[in-house]
Amino acid sequence: MVKFVLQDRVHRVEGADPGMTVLDYLRERLARTGTKEGCAAGDCGACTVVVASLAHPETDGAEPGLRYHAINSCITPLGSLQGKQLITVEDLQQGDALHPVQQCMVDQHGSQCGFCTPGFVMSMFAHRKTAQSADRNAICDALGGNLCRCTGYRPIIDAATAMFEGSTQDQFTHTEPHTLALLAQLTIDEPENTPGYDQPASVDQLAAILEQHPQATLVAGGTDLYLQVTQSLQRFDHLVDISDVAELSTVRQEGDILDIGAAAPYSDIRAPLVANFPSLGELLDRLGSLQIRNRGTIGGNIANASPIADMPPALIALGATMRLRCGENTRDVMLEDFYTAYRRTILQPGEFIERIRIPLLAAEESLWTYKLSKRWEDDISATCAAIYLRLEDGIVADTRIAFGGMAEIPRRAPASENALIGTSWNEANVRIAAEKLTEDFHPISDFRASADYRLSASQNLLLRCYLESSNAGTPIRMHLHA
Amino acid sequence: MRNLPAQNANTPGQATSKVGAELQHEAATLHVSGAARYIDDIPVPASCLHGAVGMSTIASGRIKRLDLSRVRQSPGVQAVLTLQDIPGHRDIGPVFPGDPLLLDEGGVVQFHGQALFAVAADTVTEARQAARLAEVEYENTESNLDIRHGLQEEQLVRPSHTQSRGNAKAAIEASPRRLHGEFSSGGQEHMYLEGQVSLCIPTEDNGMMVYSSTQHPSEGQKLVAEVLGIPLHRVTVEVRRMGGGFGGKETHANQWACLAALLAWKAGCAIKLRLGRVDDFVGTGKRHPFHTEFTVGFDDSGLIQGVEMDLAGGCGYSPDLSDAIVDRAMFHADNAYYLPAARITGHRVKTNAVSNTAFRGFGGPQGMLATEAMIERIARAVGEDSLTVRQRNFYSAEDGRDSTHYGQKIEQHIIPSLVERLVGTSDYWGRRAEIQEYNRQSPVLKRGLALTPAKFGISFTVQHLNQAGALIHIYTDGSIQLNHGGTEMGQGLYTKVAQVVAHAFQVDIERIACTATRTDKVPNTSPTAASSGSDLNGMAALDAAEIIKKRLVDFAGNHFGAEPGDVCFIDNQVHVGQERYSFAEFIQLAYMNRISLSATGYYRTPEIHYNRDTASGRPFFYFANGAAVAEVLIDTLTGEYRMIRADICQDVGESLNPAIDIGQIEGGFIQGAGWLTTEELVWGEDGRLQTNSAASYKIPAIGDTPGDFRVELLPDSPNREATIFHSKAVGEPPLMLGIAVWSALGDAVASLSDYRESAQLNAPATPEQVFMACRSMRERN
Ligand SMILES: Cc1cc2nc3c(=O)[nH]c(=O)nc-3n(C[C@H](O)[C@H](O)[C@H](O)COP(=O)(O)OP(=O)(O)OC[C@H]3O[C@@H](n4cnc5c(N)ncnc54)[C@H](O)[C@@H]3O)c2cc1C
Ligand code: FES
Ligand code: FES
Repeated sequence: MVKFVLQDRVHRVEGADPGMTVLDYLRERLARTGTKEGCAAGDCGACTVVVASLAHPETDGAEPGLRYHAINSCITPLGSLQGKQLITVEDLQQGDALHPVQQCMVDQHGSQCGFCTPGFVMSMFAHRKTAQSADRNAICDALGGNLCRCTGYRPIIDAATAMFEGSTQDQFTHTEPHTLALLAQLTIDEPENTPGYDQPASVDQLAAILEQHPQATLVAGGTDLYLQVTQSLQRFDHLVDISDVAELSTVRQEGDILDIGAAAPYSDIRAPLVANFPSLGELLDRLGSLQIRNRGTIGGNIANASPIADMPPALIALGATMRLRCGENTRDVMLEDFYTAYRRTILQPGEFIERIRIPLLAAEESLWTYKLSKRWEDDISATCAAIYLRLEDGIVADTRIAFGGMAEIPRRAPASENALIGTSWNEANVRIAAEKLTEDFHPISDFRASADYRLSASQNLLLRCYLESSNAGTPIRMHLHA
Repeated sequence: MRNLPAQNANTPGQATSKVGAELQHEAATLHVSGAARYIDDIPVPASCLHGAVGMSTIASGRIKRLDLSRVRQSPGVQAVLTLQDIPGHRDIGPVFPGDPLLLDEGGVVQFHGQALFAVAADTVTEARQAARLAEVEYENTESNLDIRHGLQEEQLVRPSHTQSRGNAKAAIEASPRRLHGEFSSGGQEHMYLEGQVSLCIPTEDNGMMVYSSTQHPSEGQKLVAEVLGIPLHRVTVEVRRMGGGFGGKETHANQWACLAALLAWKAGCAIKLRLGRVDDFVGTGKRHPFHTEFTVGFDDSGLIQGVEMDLAGGCGYSPDLSDAIVDRAMFHADNAYYLPAARITGHRVKTNAVSNTAFRGFGGPQGMLATEAMIERIARAVGEDSLTVRQRNFYSAEDGRDSTHYGQKIEQHIIPSLVERLVGTSDYWGRRAEIQEYNRQSPVLKRGLALTPAKFGISFTVQHLNQAGALIHIYTDGSIQLNHGGTEMGQGLYTKVAQVVAHAFQVDIERIACTATRTDKVPNTSPTAASSGSDLNGMAALDAAEIIKKRLVDFAGNHFGAEPGDVCFIDNQVHVGQERYSFAEFIQLAYMNRISLSATGYYRTPEIHYNRDTASGRPFFYFANGAAVAEVLIDTLTGEYRMIRADICQDVGESLNPAIDIGQIEGGFIQGAGWLTTEELVWGEDGRLQTNSAASYKIPAIGDTPGDFRVELLPDSPNREATIFHSKAVGEPPLMLGIAVWSALGDAVASLSDYRESAQLNAPATPEQVFMACRSMRERN
């Protein structure tokens, strides 16, 4: 039975499928209709709720206490709330008194039709709980997954700025010891698995379950998988939820390898990734929205095998490997060998991705990543480029150039790479290599971009890489936060 | 009533909540707390079932076989509704027929996603699953989604129409310079955050209680009654608020309300029908895409001599409101410019797409945009800054340059001075110089700047819609209940009308409760559209308030022997000579003396008239004016861009509520910018909408709002017409200010030719389009 904390009490889910979405559970079972459905696909944020969980200082290096995450309740399985606290918009107001975050929205005229408002309020609440001070860019990062069709956002930004003027103290601060005790108790209690919904506590358990039930469906963040539930109206008979397998969420440095658990959500791995590969910062900030990054995992991104996933190009360019596990057996493979055809991988039934291992860069090595999409925030790539370079005395000693969105799988550009290797890193040679991309890729035209744009812009991304690497003066590129 | 309520609710003291105050939205507290109820939040009867709609999977053809047996057998299914089941009308075309509610075997499919049947089941998911199980065989026929092709083939949903003045052809031929051009703009999905939804509960008398997220409850009522084959008085439609409308719930809420009502009638229980987001994208109309061709003659200074313009709107498969929408595009083909000779023709092209419909601006933006594209090209041709050419062409009182091509006189020339003001406050010329310098230094990134004006005509061009009703009750505790025919979709209409009533009685706004719009409270209402909400309903409410006030004043005269001039309403009190009564006290006194405390109010817009046969008249009561300056930065390697700064000045007359007006301006501007930048509708070869969700159709996100965003309400500019407290409409006009962003993008691209050529940039100017425009500009220069 799924148990989580709701309103200072342990809430037991009875007679509901743990695989149903948190949103449906709230609206249909608990009559908590303050949380809205705008899209049921993670795109609008109207369904945003906040999940508070125990920090794990040993694994995630966080301060002990509660961590607050905004998530999209529309694509989150109810079962994943096990052992956590769920906070919805109804929990913020106390009697007649609005929560300071709500009051700021009222004062700044932050709502018009009001349909997006509960979602914004929850994202703002989580941001207030995690950020130290008001910063416009940080506010936009925190609210980039909440769409408002009415206001044009200016008053919402003002409200999110104003909320930092008041005290951080609120009812949740006051009840924190109580909440921590409840959550600690829930963690000690063995979760009682509901048939059809497994929540293994360790990798060994996970391996055993999958070996026994190779047809079961893995769910990590569910940010890809649950679109099949809400959009294709599919039902999964047997879900194995790996979002709470602590070992799968760790990040550690082993010599010159950064070793990441497959079920680590983006929010948790941003810091170590960016510390080692600065260019991944903006890529990660543009991957989905904060709600998506709070749930979505790097392993899910890889396993989902979408040609437009944003992590594979960078990981391929970096020469990352993966540890796959089936039962007791493990095997290490290069990520670039993982994909076999459109949405197909070498994963065998019962096998899963356990870890992703990325070689760190030496001084003469560098990584450049670029994502092109119609909208800066929360959009899928038309093309996504990742370029690894090893320059020795101005000569390209080695390079790996990988693209997403350009073929049926994320993959490298051998002709372009070969044209560069051994040549001087200069504009003329880069232009030759860019020309070679026409041999490497024959992209498709679809609603995101035409084949022409995909190819031509990708060629220019190589050029941008050269200009960025060689030109310290005039800015030649815009950033997420212009 | 035996005992009157205690009067402790009375708080004499200055009533602050009046017209012109920056009051919060009346439901702001409910919004932020999650307590505001939308249709899907209303508790439903225990027996309520859920509806879903089965849709066509081809764009054009005949249904050979429609087998619903798998649908009927699907788990949880309780009722299936087909065309044959409908007891009353089967066509719900709002103005002209052409919108079949459902299709049956033999029926002709006209767009991908057309409703074929409906189903009711125990849960939402079961209903939706069942709706996908129909076995349909089609006989495909060729479909067309291209406006130009449709126009060539003369596939029209309504006849073309022309407005003309003088001999445009001759004027163009006599002009020193001429230009011929084409321009196209894409459609726009409303993407209201709350999708289409309706809850229908059968009543004891074979009638229907309908809760519908609609901008037009009266039309919903009429159509539900007609499809059920019952009189209108058996149907009540209620809507307390919508989670956004933008025109998308003016006529396109009807189908779902009708289907829910029919399912409820058939199943004999309550039905809720809420479209999933993809079905909403696919099954409801959007802003019309347009293709425009123009020939313009002008002199060496860019002064227009004559224009011939053919505006072709892609209407989708049926007329819906397209006649009026294309008319409005034509009415705005002048934007703010005097066209000495003009021939403006509007075509309503039929395409195999969902029927396009009202969207904020109602065709006006499309007409204006085409003209702004034309002005840009004229400016580059004569080598002048586009602002200068715009200013030269403005309407003015001099030389008789003050009447539109449809014969309405521009009585008040607000745009020239408003633009002058904005040029100053935005430092247009200083920044122009700085940007040119920047662009010379910067090889890859380029900045662009543009100022565009917008003059928007206010009134429904369908004359009879320019009327409204309101209903006010005062209860014996002095609390006031307010109701009117306008609907609340976020625009703050309820707040503004409440302010009007608070002002009339000089009481606090807290004393006034805004109640849900219901067809049994105020009947025969017009849609809340055409920016007319507060103009019409504010006046109607004021009328009702004045009627009650007059009764109260008369009563004071009779009761106290006071002269009418001795009775006044001040600060939550009623003063009769030297005597002061709290508002509630006075109301109780009136009640005890058997004075009616309830009244309906009514308003019709004066002075407007238009003869479509001669294409002339005064269709608009007045114009709302504004202008925007947008600055953008583009990356010429990739076409990516950012809006860096926006400055807006909008003429809202004497604002009823500046905070709400600014909200409309900012929101409208960003929505307009979205239409012209990232919001791209793409259909496949098969006629299927490919950008069918928020994942693939990108409306502006928070980071698209410029970091530097300055909005000013034009000061000291009361409406000269006798509108409600001399305010002006503000709902639609600011959307058109988004054109400045598109123009600024073009300006940045034009820098690649050292501003000699204008960018080949259609709308929406997605990064890909900007990239292509840069590439072709570089190839030519
Ligand atoms: C609104 C929205 C925006 C998005 N934006 C982006 C974007 O900008 N860029 C981008 O790349 N993606 C984007 N995504 C896609 C998605 O969020 C990512 O791919 C995410 O990383 C998926 O991780 P997850 O943990 O949620 O995967 P899940 O949905 O849990 O799983 C996805 C698939 O992988 C399998 N799987 C998961 N973990 C493992 C494992 N360890 N071993 C084997 N199989 C496994 C699952 O069985 C499932 O088939 C977006 C999604 C949404 C809804
Ligand atoms: S409902 Fe849109 S993100 Fe969940
Ligand atoms: S207020 Fe309407 S969507 Fe944000």
